[in-house]
Amino acid sequence: MSANNPLLNVERLSVCYGKVEAVRQVSLAIGEGQIVSVIGPNGAGKTTLLGALMGLLPAEGEVAYLGKTLQRHHGVAQRVGQGLNLVPESRELFSPMSVEDNLLLGAFSRHRQGHRDHGLTLAEVFDLFPRLKERRRQAAGTMSGGERQMLAMGRALMAKPKLLMLDEPSLGLAPRVIGEIFRIITELRATGVSILLVEQNARAALKCSDYGYVLENGEVALQGPAAELADDPKVIETYLGRKSAAPAPAAAALAG
Amino acid sequence: MDFAILTFLAQDGLTTGAIYALIALAIVLVFAVTRVILVCQGDFVAFSALTLATLQAGEVPGTLWLLLGGAALVCAKDIVTAVRRRHAARIPLHLLTHLSLPLLLWALLGNLDLANLHGALKVLLTLAIVIPLGPIFYRLVYQPAAQASVLLLLILSVALHSMLVGLGLWLFGAEGFRTLPFTDSSFMLGDAMIGGQNLLVIGIALLLIVALYLFFGHSLYGKALRATAFNRNGAQLVGIPTELAGSSAFFLAALIGACSGILIGPITTLYYDSGFLISLKGFVAAIIGGLASYPLAAGGAFLVGLIESFASFWASAYKEVIVFTLVIPVLLWLSLTTHHVEEEH
Repeated sequence: MSANNPLLNVERLSVCYGKVEAVRQVSLAIGEGQIVSVIGPNGAGKTTLLGALMGLLPAEGEVAYLGKTLQRHHGVAQRVGQGLNLVPESRELFSPMSVEDNLLLGAFSRHRQGHRDHGLTLAEVFDLFPRLKERRRQAAGTMSGGERQMLAMGRALMAKPKLLMLDEPSLGLAPRVIGEIFRIITELRATGVSILLVEQNARAALKCSDYGYVLENGEVALQGPAAELADDPKVIETYLGRKSAAPAPAAAALAG
Repeated sequence: MDFAILTFLAQDGLTTGAIYALIALAIVLVFAVTRVILVCQGDFVAFSALTLATLQAGEVPGTLWLLLGGAALVCAKDIVTAVRRRHAARIPLHLLTHLSLPLLLWALLGNLDLANLHGALKVLLTLAIVIPLGPIFYRLVYQPAAQASVLLLLILSVALHSMLVGLGLWLFGAEGFRTLPFTDSSFMLGDAMIGGQNLLVIGIALLLIVALYLFFGHSLYGKALRATAFNRNGAQLVGIPTELAGSSAFFLAALIGACSGILIGPITTLYYDSGFLISLKGFVAAIIGGLASYPLAAGGAFLVGLIESFASFWASAYKEVIVFTLVIPVLLWLSLTTHHVEEEH
């Protein structure tokens, strides 16, 4: 497996909110061209984990990206500049601005580095999301949930990420749109983008992933190749048995 | 009141209104991007006019020492950070970026024959001295508290302003100054006499406003500043550093303030502490725009200018009272029409 020479290697990462440890001693690796998903119940620390990797939250432990250790003072902008991008659950779009302006701002980091090929990147993003091209003049805030998720992903892609981190991309979307989002995630891998996927929709996530981690109470409870995880009785019982999110008591039993 | 007085008052009102519009735009811009209410915006205006007046008198302006001191402090701050992060190699770069312009200005002002310098060069020197103060104040005063509440940032603003008034008295003295007029020409339009100076001020102010509009509407950096105002988290995630956005907003505010000072200098006598009233009037205009809308703030500024001008004719003792009373109906209107949004934490 390409994890021998991983794109991102996380060793014993911990994040604290005051005295509460939201993420405890988490180690994970993502190889180049891989889709790795992190599944788990609400409040397991998945979003916190992504925030720490992005530099939004201070964390303990070692994070190596592209073979180099990321320091604490490497801010968000610096990480974005190295091709590490996050699409947060809340999308964080610039609502009053047009779709096209939102996308162009996605290229801000590359613009600062002196690149001027945003027109080309924009065309690629429009190829991937034809809907955004139709709505390019529309204000981002007036679009539907699915379109906003596409715009958030498109904006991140404008930065030409090496590692794209997606937080709950399917949350609150219609099933048809969810299918489209996962199709695009698979397409992205084919273009060489590695993806760290955080999802409550464990079935869909494991289906398109190479490797998976189950996060519970801030710790890695299970891990393995995605196909094996999908066959694991515990995972089936807790995360795949029902369509809705995992019930909390079962999650607590697993962790203990 | 006859027609001649009416045109005179209207001209006067529109001229000061144009200046207030610039101040109001700067206040809205800085608030939107950094949540700072920039009380010292008027101090940029006063310091720039006083700097130009000192240069015109053939002396070295005190703002140079303010610039040198501020730049040295920012530089020291960056060097301490660099040492802490074991980036000693960056120290020469910090020295170069922070200190080269102030030292160059120091050398220039020490060696040039200021008395016989061309007027336009004095204006350029004034801009070069005053504008860098904006980012310096941001780095020293606001950036360390960037995550703090609006109230704390306002308290910092008041503190910075009081400090600047004190420094202004020390650097410029208690005397008032007026800079040389750009032009003495005037012409008749029908029965009304139009002052060339007024026309010039309004023209340059409008040009600046158009330039700002183009910058925010059409350049990626301008859009990035607007984006930061709309959504700070989103801006961070596309790689717009909060610090860069803050410094840029303060740079623009200082640029607008310095230009306003140069424009207003020949019209009004300015003292070391004139900044506060100028800020307040710009702030009234900004409030008319809800501290958010640029066109409404600019329109409000012209209204403030006109009201002030007519009030000074009819009831000159009450002119400030009349202008500031304008805030009350505006606040009532805003509180009835807008929904209160909890401040994010």
